[in-house]
Amino acid sequence: MDAQFIELTAGNVAFLLIVGFIGGLVSGFIGSGGAFVLTPGMMSMGVSGVVAVASNLCHKFPKALVGARTRHKFGQVDVKLGLVMAASAAAGVWVGAGVMEAVRRDYGEAGSSLYVSAAFVVVLTLVGLFVLRDALQAMRSAPDADSDRETTHRFARWVQSVEIPGTMMTFHVAKIRVSALFTLPLGFATGLLASTIAVGGFIGVPGMIYLLGATSLVASATELVIAFVMGLFGTLRYAMSGYVDIRLAMLILLGSLFGIQLGAIGTTYVRPYMIKLVTAMIMLIVAVSRALLIPVYLGELQFLGLAEPVARLLKGASFACMVAALAVGALIILGAMIGGRQLPKEPYTD
Amino acid sequence: MNDDASKPWGKLIATGTVTATLYALLFAFEKDVMASFTRTDGLYPLLPVVAAFAFSLSHGAFTGYFWDALGVKARPGAQQQSDNAGAL
Repeated sequence: MDAQFIELTAGNVAFLLIVGFIGGLVSGFIGSGGAFVLTPGMMSMGVSGVVAVASNLCHKFPKALVGARTRHKFGQVDVKLGLVMAASAAAGVWVGAGVMEAVRRDYGEAGSSLYVSAAFVVVLTLVGLFVLRDALQAMRSAPDADSDRETTHRFARWVQSVEIPGTMMTFHVAKIRVSALFTLPLGFATGLLASTIAVGGFIGVPGMIYLLGATSLVASATELVIAFVMGLFGTLRYAMSGYVDIRLAMLILLGSLFGIQLGAIGTTYVRPYMIKLVTAMIMLIVAVSRALLIPVYLGELQFLGLAEPVARLLKGASFACMVAALAVGALIILGAMIGGRQLPKEPYTD
Repeated sequence: MNDDASKPWGKLIATGTVTATLYALLFAFEKDVMASFTRTDGLYPLLPVVAAFAFSLSHGAFTGYFWDALGVKARPGAQQQSDNAGAL
């Protein structure tokens, strides 16, 4: 084990608690592990990419279990779909962790941070734009109560129409019937991403919505089952190399468990397109935050000549973007909950 | 709506005490904990997993009672919203 661990100061502890709470709030709401704000948060404190990912996976799996139980009470979790996806996701985690360790071995801490950041930028930008477009279409096309009615994406309808004998599976809560040949690669890719940036939900949730045809509520809730399994396997995998900082993991857990339960409750106060809108906005802001740091890491690896004041400016701008992402997410979710509590206590089926 | 007597104050205090104790032990023995939890031989890699479960169990229960005590609950009709969305 040659991982470097940071000294914890009072400021670091306070920062982790706040980031943990807001990250938990967002994760309970959108169904991802929430680590897409927690991993960059840790890295901004000087934690290396691999330790940040490993520690986030460690904090994530028990949190995902709590979130899954809460959402299961609301009838939103398809346990069978979650476990089927998790089986191949576990394999993806194992492979992805091996790649991460190889990058760190060959290119050091800066290389590992560059690898994590580049993965964040690519995935968050692509998925964020796609989800944003979908959310905006849903908002524009049905402004009345019927806007709650989600339509199955065209590609998902095609996937559901493909009959491959011996591989078809029915998922009753999600109300879909698809071939396992579609769920297996989707789960593997989810696991691969989880071991790279500690967030698999950015493939898993949109994948279940747009590829398999699950609704956003069921997809985000079911993702918590997958996140639990991936986090457990990922923690073990990274712990076998000594990369888990249990102090960071438990401090993040302390704040985020308050947030995740509030976020999960928040999903019962909003319309489904609102979840997509919040997801997209946070993804895109965090993508900008990570993109700003790529020249800094390239400079540390001597691939790019970068003056120290410029590097400091980029780090500051990146941190400000991340704080903005957290604030936007927290304000929208809490605002929707407060607004929802003032509405008549009737379901949205009116 | 919960009245004050029906709120889970006892469970809140009990789980809060256990959680606080776990965190106190983690940071009181920080160096020893870090030395053990980053060992890669034998069954040591299981330590972070076991610890995460233990902390989550007590702290997860505590936060649940915490929001209950504050009266923050899911919106009535949430089940129907979920069923409605899932049918489409």
